[in-house]
Amino acid sequence: MLSRTADNLYWLGRYVERVENTARLLAGTQRLSLMPIPKEEQGDLWRNLFQSDSERAAFEVLHDKYDELPVIDFMAFDRANSSSIRSCLFAARENVRGARHVLTTEISQCINETWMNTKDCTLDQVVEQGTQEYLDSVKECTHLLRGVIYGTMRRGEPFMFWDLGTTLERAENTTRLLLARSASFHRASRRDDGFDFYRWGTFLRSANTYSAFRQLYRELDPVSVADLMILNTQIPRSLLACVEDTAEILRTLKREAACADMSEQLAAELRTLSLDSVFRDGLAGFLHDFRKRIHVISDQIRQDFIMVR
Amino acid sequence: MPEAPKEDALRPFDEMLEPDGTVRMAYGQYGEWLDSTSKEFLNKKNSLADMMFRRLGITFTVYGDEAATERMIPFDIIPRIIDPQEWDFLSRGAIQRVDALNAFLDDVYHDQAILKAGRIPPELVLNNDAFRPEMLDLDLPRRVYAHIAGVDVVRTGEREFYVLEDNVRTPSGVSYMLENRQTMMRLFPDLFSMHNVAPIERYPTELRSNLRAIAPIGVDDPNVVLMTPGQLNSAYFEHAFLATEMGIELVEGQDLFVDDGLVFMRTTAGPKRVDVIYRRIDDDFLDPLTFRPDSMLGVPGLLSVVRRGRVSVVNAIGTGVADDKAMYVYVPEMIRFYLGEEPILQNVPTYQLRDPSDYKYVLENLENLVVKEVHGSGGYGMLVGPTSTKKEREDYALRLKANPEAFIAQPTLSLSTCPTYVEQGVAPRHVDLRPFVLSGQRTTVMPGGLTRVALNEGSLVVNSSQGGGTKDTWVLER
Repeated sequence: MLSRTADNLYWLGRYVERVENTARLLAGTQRLSLMPIPKEEQGDLWRNLFQSDSERAAFEVLHDKYDELPVIDFMAFDRANSSSIRSCLFAARENVRGARHVLTTEISQCINETWMNTKDCTLDQVVEQGTQEYLDSVKECTHLLRGVIYGTMRRGEPFMFWDLGTTLERAENTTRLLLARSASFHRASRRDDGFDFYRWGTFLRSANTYSAFRQLYRELDPVSVADLMILNTQIPRSLLACVEDTAEILRTLKREAACADMSEQLAAELRTLSLDSVFRDGLAGFLHDFRKRIHVISDQIRQDFIMVR
Repeated sequence: MPEAPKEDALRPFDEMLEPDGTVRMAYGQYGEWLDSTSKEFLNKKNSLADMMFRRLGITFTVYGDEAATERMIPFDIIPRIIDPQEWDFLSRGAIQRVDALNAFLDDVYHDQAILKAGRIPPELVLNNDAFRPEMLDLDLPRRVYAHIAGVDVVRTGEREFYVLEDNVRTPSGVSYMLENRQTMMRLFPDLFSMHNVAPIERYPTELRSNLRAIAPIGVDDPNVVLMTPGQLNSAYFEHAFLATEMGIELVEGQDLFVDDGLVFMRTTAGPKRVDVIYRRIDDDFLDPLTFRPDSMLGVPGLLSVVRRGRVSVVNAIGTGVADDKAMYVYVPEMIRFYLGEEPILQNVPTYQLRDPSDYKYVLENLENLVVKEVHGSGGYGMLVGPTSTKKEREDYALRLKANPEAFIAQPTLSLSTCPTYVEQGVAPRHVDLRPFVLSGQRTTVMPGGLTRVALNEGSLVVNSSQGGGTKDTWVLER
């Protein structure tokens, strides 16, 4: 297929996934903020959603405090923020338009409707009607869109590029989610007032893995949570599952692709990973390294499929 | 000087109602249905139609600012109905015209017999901006230049049809024709079981098989693509729609390149040869090495591949010389010259301002005429005499005096009206018709076409940029 169309589908997958993740992240953080949080953690709760200097700089140009409303405004509605929910939905729709001829009418109608229903949302309206309701409706849109794609598209290259964008973005998003709470993983506090329980419960819910966790693990402790989110291949958002899915798609797309080799290599390393050593050396460091590896794979995908000579 | 057409300017021809109020044959059943249908029902269907078009995304996006305002061409829920005899006449006329235009194009890029015979002033062709000397002596597959043509027709009376213009460059609107039908079938299934409406759904299939039929010699399974200027183009919806319907790639200039005398597209598996390009980009932007050097939309070197006969471009480069408003007056002559037939459809009498007696007449009668730029399109830059102010006419006269060759004038035709759904209810509005003619294997025309309607009361301008809408067009089968 046309490289540009493949690129459109890849980015469609990424943007839709990013929208869902941002909605989860905001919903989870807001729920967490409702609890009496230890003082030393309060200021960080919203600030931790920003994970690079450039992200923080972009926010600080517009707002002077990492509080709930300014952060939600920035991450959901800001037109200047290219990763806001609104910007990502716009970009998703533009990518659908660009690849319109390989997508079904249902997909096109679904994204048009999503866009018509969300483009005029403002912070004030949403606060009045309930932030959680708004974030739920955004998540529903992404479920619907994914369902329509899954249910109506033929299984061929176009579908695989959409799927590829989805899994890679998932890997990045899980990394982001873990990084936003990485400090908590190391905090020794074991309070019996239920706060830890609430904290981890909220965290798992924001990754949609709470009930899976209850079924698979006994203790609600940081190491089990990390195991689930990083290594458990039953969880579609775990890092290992994302990397394995990526490798499989790439191998199917092009047997001899360098990016497929790189993904398989990364999956193999994860399978032999010791969480003890990750915790000893620092979770954040591991996550930053992992993210770099994902970026290298993304670049190689461009070389192998989009910029082919 | 041409003779003014016979017409009753006071009372336009209504396609549904006779002057005494009786319903014409074609609208018989529809008229009864309309009488028994409540305004609320129509209101409901109208909002439903609006929602369906929005969901489909048939919108123009006006970019430039982030708010990205989107507009839609209004759709009218009342069909225009054409009876079998009328259609027989119209379709034969449209096919005849396109056959003559294709013969003319083949001639002017080869022997130029019509110029040598003195039937058309050579300078009008050879000095025309749309004439492409690069195309001289090039033999095109099946000698077809205008594979897709839109012939704009207006009606002024029971048996009076006039061709307003021929569109043989990159005529658009066919997606509206097809989507309008889809929408009508969903909105009013009962009406379709009541009427024997000729189907139009095969258009993309027929177009595709024509495109395959004109592939370069030696190519058995051609790679056919549709080339668009891109997502920002106002007709992008149509480009994507047609590519989807035909199951072909939708490419932009940046996706194509020329190498080793062939055209390739960039794919995930490396370069792939392209054999037929259905382009929706004007000649000027196709190849920056030959035409406009500043064009970012085209493919450098494309023309050299065309010249070697290794890629087919549809419509062919240089077709514009046939649908220019200055050439329009000679189309009846082309029909006589190439086909040895009399024209079935009439031209609108046209005054050419380069002719001194026409020039004088036009300047003295501006308030009765429509004046157009020879190279204009889309309803821009024209003067509609009867609805203009004195000041507008004076200003326009200055432009005419400065450059008479650039203008033609025509009497204001009293376009026929059709019942149309408007805020006040159902009321007559002026319409035109663009049937789509396909050439390649044999020349065919889809039964119907795109009916454009001037939604403002009394307005004669049907262009979407000036308050025009569209209607589904039903040709009844015998």
